[in-house]
Amino acid sequence: MERLRRRSQYIFALLANAYWLFPWRSPIYQGPLKKLCFPGLNCHSCPAATTSCPLGALQNLLATLRPSLQMGQLHIGAYVLGSLGLIGSVAGRMPCGWICPFGLLQKWLFLLPVPKLSFWRPLGRGPYLFLIVFVVLLPLLVVDPLGYGSVWFCKYVCPAGTLEAGIPLLCLDQGLRRAAGWLFAYKFILLILLLIWCTLTSRPFCRAICPLGAIYGLFNRVSWLQLRFHPDRCVQCEACLTVCPTDVSFYNGLDDLNSAACIRCLRCLSVCPSNAVSLEFGPVREDIGKEDVEQFYPKANC
Amino acid sequence: MKRYLPLFTTIAFIALLALGIWSGEVPVVWNKAITVCLSCIGIG
Ligand code: SF4
Ligand code: SF4
Ligand code: SF4
Repeated sequence: MERLRRRSQYIFALLANAYWLFPWRSPIYQGPLKKLCFPGLNCHSCPAATTSCPLGALQNLLATLRPSLQMGQLHIGAYVLGSLGLIGSVAGRMPCGWICPFGLLQKWLFLLPVPKLSFWRPLGRGPYLFLIVFVVLLPLLVVDPLGYGSVWFCKYVCPAGTLEAGIPLLCLDQGLRRAAGWLFAYKFILLILLLIWCTLTSRPFCRAICPLGAIYGLFNRVSWLQLRFHPDRCVQCEACLTVCPTDVSFYNGLDDLNSAACIRCLRCLSVCPSNAVSLEFGPVREDIGKEDVEQFYPKANC
Repeated sequence: MKRYLPLFTTIAFIALLALGIWSGEVPVVWNKAITVCLSCIGIG
């Protein structure tokens, strides 16, 4: 299973960045595939990117909502939200575990042999904050006299933009190098800090910042694809928690297996020695919740 | 009722996707994605 997932991550990373003609032709791909939103975080200003970034596209639609309404066009981000919601309603947050190139990068960095830091759980609310404030409210509400807003998450936060678009394009274009100032310096420092954090903590960007993961996470409990925990089979070996990249502690009832934090990597399913985790596809069944786990292991949370 | 949530969700988001296509959002998304975005880079 893990080999399959690795292959899926490599293939999608390559497909999302398959335009290698940029040094000779236009600096970025301009073909029809860019009408599609990629299901993971991959900057569409990256010279090799073949598809558009859903977060960039959504912010742009919201930032231009007022002028578009004045022109009689209803551009509320329905195309982007519809694409993401369709994927989420089928697989929940699975694109985070199986598709997203920025998730893959974080996985690689965490493999580096440096001391590790555990994730501070309250930071887990961060992605919702970034989604509501930087992706929705600021682009919608802070507008110039003509009614145009800005793409706040791209501009002030997104490390994928700096890494995949900023650095390569500045290397390729002298004019852009000359134009780079304090904003680029700030974003570059932010990127370096985040990359260092990724070596210390598992998937910190996904867990503390990424608004795309926050959107997908909302679907984990209502998607066709559901993970199921069978507490009666569990031998409390903690193997699932040890391999989980987002520390979902479901075996002792602390978290729900289908909570928004689960990126559906299925590592717990592969590693469990007693088949206490299974994968189902179909209508949602009444979940085995915390109370049921505690019924099996009344002292589990002590 | 909870059983059918995936079905309702899928139908709702297919409808939203269709609304986006019908209202002409696809060319807007495309236009944005084929132009180098200075905000993404950290310049403008
Ligand atoms: S949460 Fe992580 S894996 Fe998911 S889209 Fe964001 S960066 Fe990618
Ligand atoms: S790996 Fe399986 S048996 Fe071990 S604690 Fe997790 S669910 Fe229980
Ligand atoms: S709970 Fe299981 S499937 Fe979810 S992120 Fe953790 S290891 Fe992956």
